[in-house]
Amino acid sequence: MKQEVILAVKDLNVKFSLRGQVLHAIRNVSLDIYKGESLAIVGESGSGKSVFTKTFMGLLDGNGFIDSGEILYYGKDLAKNRSEKDWKNIRGKEIAMVMQDPMTSLNPLKTIGAQIAEAIRMHQPEIKGKEAIKKQVCAYLEDVGIQDPERRYKQYPHEFSGGMRQRVVIAIALACKPKILICDEPTTALDVTIQAQILGLLKELKQKYDLTIVFITHDLGVVANIADRVAVMYAGDIIELGTCREIFFDPKHPYTWALLSSLPQLGEKGENLFTIKGTPPSLFKAIQGDAFAPRNPRALKIDFIEEPPYFKVTETHKAKTWLLDPRAPKVEPPEAIRNLKNLEVLK
Amino acid sequence: MSAEKEVLLDVKDLQVTFGNGKKSFEAVHGVNFQVYKGETFGLVGESGSGKTTIGRAIMRIYPVSGGEIIYKGKRISGKISKQLDKQMIQEIQMIFQDPMASLNERAKVDYIVSEGLLNTHKHMKKEERMERVHQALADVGLLPEFASRFPHEFSGGQRQRIGIARALIMEPSFIIADEPISALDVSIRAQVLNLLAKLQKERGLTYLFIAHDLSVMRFISDRIAVIEHGKIVELAPTEKLFEHPLHPYTQALLSAIPTPNPDVEKNKKVLVYDESVHDYSVDKPSWIEIEPEHYILANKKEEEEYRKTLEQHS
Repeated sequence: MKQEVILAVKDLNVKFSLRGQVLHAIRNVSLDIYKGESLAIVGESGSGKSVFTKTFMGLLDGNGFIDSGEILYYGKDLAKNRSEKDWKNIRGKEIAMVMQDPMTSLNPLKTIGAQIAEAIRMHQPEIKGKEAIKKQVCAYLEDVGIQDPERRYKQYPHEFSGGMRQRVVIAIALACKPKILICDEPTTALDVTIQAQILGLLKELKQKYDLTIVFITHDLGVVANIADRVAVMYAGDIIELGTCREIFFDPKHPYTWALLSSLPQLGEKGENLFTIKGTPPSLFKAIQGDAFAPRNPRALKIDFIEEPPYFKVTETHKAKTWLLDPRAPKVEPPEAIRNLKNLEVLK
Repeated sequence: MSAEKEVLLDVKDLQVTFGNGKKSFEAVHGVNFQVYKGETFGLVGESGSGKTTIGRAIMRIYPVSGGEIIYKGKRISGKISKQLDKQMIQEIQMIFQDPMASLNERAKVDYIVSEGLLNTHKHMKKEERMERVHQALADVGLLPEFASRFPHEFSGGQRQRIGIARALIMEPSFIIADEPISALDVSIRAQVLNLLAKLQKERGLTYLFIAHDLSVMRFISDRIAVIEHGKIVELAPTEKLFEHPLHPYTQALLSAIPTPNPDVEKNKKVLVYDESVHDYSVDKPSWIEIEPEHYILANKKEEEEYRKTLEQHS
């Protein structure tokens, strides 16, 4: 299956300078994003998943910088963009973002109609005249499942519920006509029922607008719903990459095992839930060996000495763990996650 | 099962109304439930369903506009004596949702944790107070030297532990946990839940656990009440609720939980709850015990249907 690469990240290193120290947030990450896919990036807070995608849009905080590496978007290296002017052609127009908290990502002083219209005026200059723009805004509102757009057009964000606001944010993103939509934990602040609706909506819109979706989350249940491919991030590096089925049914990296095991859906009542011991490593210091080794009860000796390379499992599946080396002892994934394939809807 | 269990908290026809006159809004309409001593009682519902309001009414933060709340046989809603008020403050404690917002940014952990003691035990010696603070911190798995730090020095999971220590230092018997884990990461969630389970075992605590996520509830609660628009629509022991959820709203909530299996999840149909499925215009619904320990809000016609589905299952 040969797919067209829309965004190629090559050996990306991102650093932050903090109080005289340098924090190495993204450590030599390479990733190809294919056109029309939905890719999920999974990891704990602090694993670098948000920082990684923010570099695609030049949204790093002032003290952060791309140390080395390339971000090729249709052959153009975004890592070389320096001025705001360069980014203007990328942000929104090519790559748009839906942020986590719909309470803070909208302007409380403007009606939602005006906020969507702003994006249309900016990115779709062919639409001229107040009436035409309003018509287009209403069309977008309808697309994201907001009923009665004529009335809703004139309302302010505080008149909307959390789920509805997230729909408005998505409508604004769509009005920019992006090719890639980055969704940074768009459902964490929402109820489960609303979460299911928003996920359904995103899938629908992906079809309709021919979008490529990059989905950032820490919830693997959500990943199962939306993703074609999954990248698991830990301590600023992608430690496992594969199709959704490969990650859930045949995970290779101990960290992926740990993440899957800590899902509350798999907990047995009366027993302790699985927890990952310890905390992620400090990225101020250089990491020796496998970054997850200190927290991995079954770490091998070599995990502490040398960083594992990617081992290829299938054409689409690779993982950074010494367990895949032919010389490694055979370690089975934990009991709890071996039967995910047979897991039915929660009972 | 219910016969030998001691009722700790009895909520009878609870009503909470905000505002008055034309602008009044009834957030909770006539809710009934009992919490047994030593159990974890889950209250599940979407945002706006009134679950937090119920929790706060029990804490006596919101006044009750109808019905009663009875704790250990004593009425604690409405006007109560000063002495009982003091006792309730000590016995019922709360853990909040957002550990980033629920700790005073300008106070040290020492003060945050001991504030309750300062108010209720005015003559306690400083040494004794510090000792209790250190003990409370140790109980939740934090180091005693953290007492002299500020909240911003801690991670989300650690802050939530501080919030738990603050509740524990009062030696409560009943804790209301209002979405204590929804703001936390998956791996830290498990740590906090395990801690709460451990404390319950050691101290015989009773929890009222408020959440919107049924997948977590299944794991920790003994009984679950599902609340929708200020009414409890179904109440059952956890296993029963998951085995045969009867009310369409419960079914919708259950169907929304993501399953960690892409094959199932991608083909799953999420049920959407539509209130208009109930025709309550003539036949009014009432609170029915449809099988032992399993309560549901239904009218006569629905009751028959539910009974039929139950028979099919058994």
